[in-house]
Amino acid sequence: MATTEEIRAGLAELVNDVAGVAVEDVQLDKSFVDDLDVDSLAMVEILVGCEEKFGVTIPDEESKNLKTVGDAVAYIEAHS
Amino acid sequence: MTEIVITGLGATTPLGGDLASTWAGMLAGRSGVSAITEDWAADLPVRIAGQIAVDPSAVIDRVKARRLDRSTQLALIAAQEAWIDAGFEWEAPEGSQVDPHRLSVSVASGIGGLHSLLNNWDAQRDKGYRRVSPFTIPMLMANAPAANVGLAVHAKAGVHAPVSACASSNEAIALAVDQLRLGRADIAVVGGTEATIHPLPLAAFSQMQAVSRRNDDPEGASRPWDRGRDGFVMGEGSAVMVIETLEHALARGAKIYGTIAGSGITADSHDIVQPDPTGEGQSGAMIKAIADAKLSPSDIKHVNAHGTSTPQGDVTEAGSIRTGLGAAADGCVVTSTKSMTGHLLGGAGALETIATVLALRDRMVPPTINLEDPEPDLGIDIAANVARPLPAGDLAGINNSFGFGGHNVAVVVTNANSTR
Repeated sequence: MATTEEIRAGLAELVNDVAGVAVEDVQLDKSFVDDLDVDSLAMVEILVGCEEKFGVTIPDEESKNLKTVGDAVAYIEAHS
Repeated sequence: MTEIVITGLGATTPLGGDLASTWAGMLAGRSGVSAITEDWAADLPVRIAGQIAVDPSAVIDRVKARRLDRSTQLALIAAQEAWIDAGFEWEAPEGSQVDPHRLSVSVASGIGGLHSLLNNWDAQRDKGYRRVSPFTIPMLMANAPAANVGLAVHAKAGVHAPVSACASSNEAIALAVDQLRLGRADIAVVGGTEATIHPLPLAAFSQMQAVSRRNDDPEGASRPWDRGRDGFVMGEGSAVMVIETLEHALARGAKIYGTIAGSGITADSHDIVQPDPTGEGQSGAMIKAIADAKLSPSDIKHVNAHGTSTPQGDVTEAGSIRTGLGAAADGCVVTSTKSMTGHLLGGAGALETIATVLALRDRMVPPTINLEDPEPDLGIDIAANVARPLPAGDLAGINNSFGFGGHNVAVVVTNANSTR
């Protein structure tokens, strides 16, 4: 079972890969849209990447609740 | 009539990552055709292509490139070069250089975002629909290159992407010239792009018996008008020009390469892929273009032919040039730069119109390479194997592009002397 930090770091790699955000900027308190400038289509790619990386399924209807990096990390921790 | 001048040029092709290297390669008679070494080509009957000299990944930011089909990436590279060459700054703030409402874009692709379409289908079929990129549609649509160029230069007077197979980018040029003449814009970014070196189109063109299978001699495979020709060679790349009204160009002190003096468009209405063997549609396009330019056939000193290296097409076009120019064909130097670049499909018209402009500027027609054993009795004067000089004075030239579907588009250009 991955730790919170491991999940955050793995998510940061995905956000960097898809949206070009520096990995060190992807911190738990950051909002994907407001702080990291990740648009909704990039968010789809990031969440699909999470499914592959963490073995977790994130339904489309759930994705709108994942506003911050912390929200996504918590969801992955709870469902993987 | 409003005179339309050319003020910026750019290209990325099998001969070079910019226009200067491409043009130097053409004048030197260098082939950009090479073997496809990827594993996927091993079982194909065609394993050669005019592959881009500088991969777009070397130029375009990785994250940006994720959202852009290869055809769009190539168009952006060519457009950036042309825009800067015209004296502008790339990705400058909207309205800081040109009135966006007077700027249009007309950039064509014959086939569209083929890699994006097929790669996403591969992902869906193999791993499920969740693996399909949410950017698939804006990447695969045929207007994506035009739309992305429009975003980069902030064009608001209209963004167009006419599709007519291998005549597409000549049609894009013709459309933009009409728009400028009609007063709907003052300046336009025009051209074409294609990136279809992928197993499916190679197999499909091969099944049509349309492409050369001279796999053991890639550089000798594209050989327009040579008796040993056996089909075209697929190429990839993009070419883009900035064109504007003479008034607009003079007001901003732009350098002028020449003019787009006129265009002529016809349709064969004969067959979905074969050209009308009488050449009536092809010569008709040339005759219309010369009339549109208010010139006479004797003014035409150079034709950059469609010249794809297909057995029937080359012969038909030679006859069409003879018919279109009449006795003036005797004083006209013809070439096919596809002998060096391969066939850029929707990018061909723009690249070859630029080659025509540069031939008039430098008074030097690039050669048709590999013309070792010409078809007899063609009735045209081809710059075989070595570049051929053009005379002093005002010069006009024609670029021909013909496409599956029976589309014929001829564009007449003149050298800069004609504008003074």
